[in-house]
Amino acid sequence: MLSTFLAVLRRDLLLAWRGRADVLVTLAFFIIVVCLFPFGVGAEPNQLRAIAPGVLWVAALLACLLSLHRLFAQDYSDGTLEQLLLSSEPAALWVMAKVLAFWLSTGLPVVAVAPAMGLLLDLEQGGLPVLILSLLLGTPILALLGGVGAALTLGLRGGGMLLALLVLPLFVPVLIFGAGAVEAELSGSGAAAHLLLLGGGLAGALALAPVACAAALRISTD
Amino acid sequence: MTNPERGRSLLRFAAPQNFYPLAGRLAPWFAASAVVLTAVGLWLGFFVAPTDATQGQVYRVIFIHVPAAWMSMFIYLVMAFWSAVGLVMNTRLSFVMSQALAPTGAMFCFVALWTGALWGKPTWGAYWVWDARLTSQLLLLFLYFGFIALTRAIEDPRRADRAGAIIALVGAVNVPIIYFSVQWWNTLHQGASVSLTKAPSMATTMLTGMLVMALASWAYTLAVVLWRVRPMILERERHTEWVGAELERAAKLSQTAGGRA
Repeated sequence: MLSTFLAVLRRDLLLAWRGRADVLVTLAFFIIVVCLFPFGVGAEPNQLRAIAPGVLWVAALLACLLSLHRLFAQDYSDGTLEQLLLSSEPAALWVMAKVLAFWLSTGLPVVAVAPAMGLLLDLEQGGLPVLILSLLLGTPILALLGGVGAALTLGLRGGGMLLALLVLPLFVPVLIFGAGAVEAELSGSGAAAHLLLLGGGLAGALALAPVACAAALRISTD
Repeated sequence: MTNPERGRSLLRFAAPQNFYPLAGRLAPWFAASAVVLTAVGLWLGFFVAPTDATQGQVYRVIFIHVPAAWMSMFIYLVMAFWSAVGLVMNTRLSFVMSQALAPTGAMFCFVALWTGALWGKPTWGAYWVWDARLTSQLLLLFLYFGFIALTRAIEDPRRADRAGAIIALVGAVNVPIIYFSVQWWNTLHQGASVSLTKAPSMATTMLTGMLVMALASWAYTLAVVLWRVRPMILERERHTEWVGAELERAAKLSQTAGGRA
């Protein structure tokens, strides 16, 4: 079972590496969205500092949303998905491997550049570790939940907008606790509660989302 | 299993063929009771219930607002229930039910938000505040939109049924999470300056009026859903014999009615 997991993970990471441009586009999107905010709300440092956690989190969420359609689209169009579904391995297992590879190739780079973008918005340096931690815990939840939406909208016309409509309401709790963690840390009340809730959410999503995602894939390829 | 006769008689209506005439027979009754209950409820609300000591006449929007909000949440649960039944038992009628419920749920959700905004302006001074309840109601509306959009976007009805059922269940799991996270978010951001909690003592006529209006929304929902289910059944079962016979019968009926006129 582990060998299947690792094989799918290796394959997807290799594919992501071969198509580096896609990954870089996601990253560039994240950076540009963050950079738009000072133009929109004004470059007043106090104001930017106040909105920085929320802006970074919303940008990370949008970057995840925009890359979600890639999660299964290629495998769907070339038939790999059908072969995987026909295999005797449990579908939830390789779905998990695919989502992990997706997160490693799109979520992790965003987490890596987020502190730099935080400095751009004058986020206090004391908040950076919590920002990284909250993103590390929260973005996998986005990938797992988004995977269900991506599986359901596979091959539909206007799938991108539909995907956004389906998953954005589900992303709200992650956004609340993620951005809330940074704000709580900066205001001195401690981010432990927020981070623990994010961790709990991640554990729940890890248990439930791959199963739902596998069921959705079976429906979509039927 | 102990009583197969009884079990069969109850499950008989899971077959579209048997449910179609039943829905047609029941719908007018629910519609009529919805009209009567609405009339009674509005009369109680607008003429019998006393004026509120602090809010004056404006509070009377409660008789539409609260039943609509209740109904919008309840319908989502029922939708999720039928979706789960459909996925587990593989009954096609369950999916039809959940899809027929969705527009009514979204409508009630919108009515609750709209009347809430109209109520909020005179009492809070703003049409919209990011109060926990308002925000979770708004997110519920988005969940309804997502469900409706997904089931309408998929052309193959079998896939649409199952995909919609999955998103309804995922949404149902998330509804409590969304509700509590929004509540926490709200209390972190602003104090309880604005709260929907009403005074504990409520005149009995107010409560009665609200309950009658809630019953009216139930009856309305049942009537509308049963009416909406019928053409959906016909469309899906159009290749079967009984639908052909049914359509022929209906055509004959309208012909004779036209001839008489």
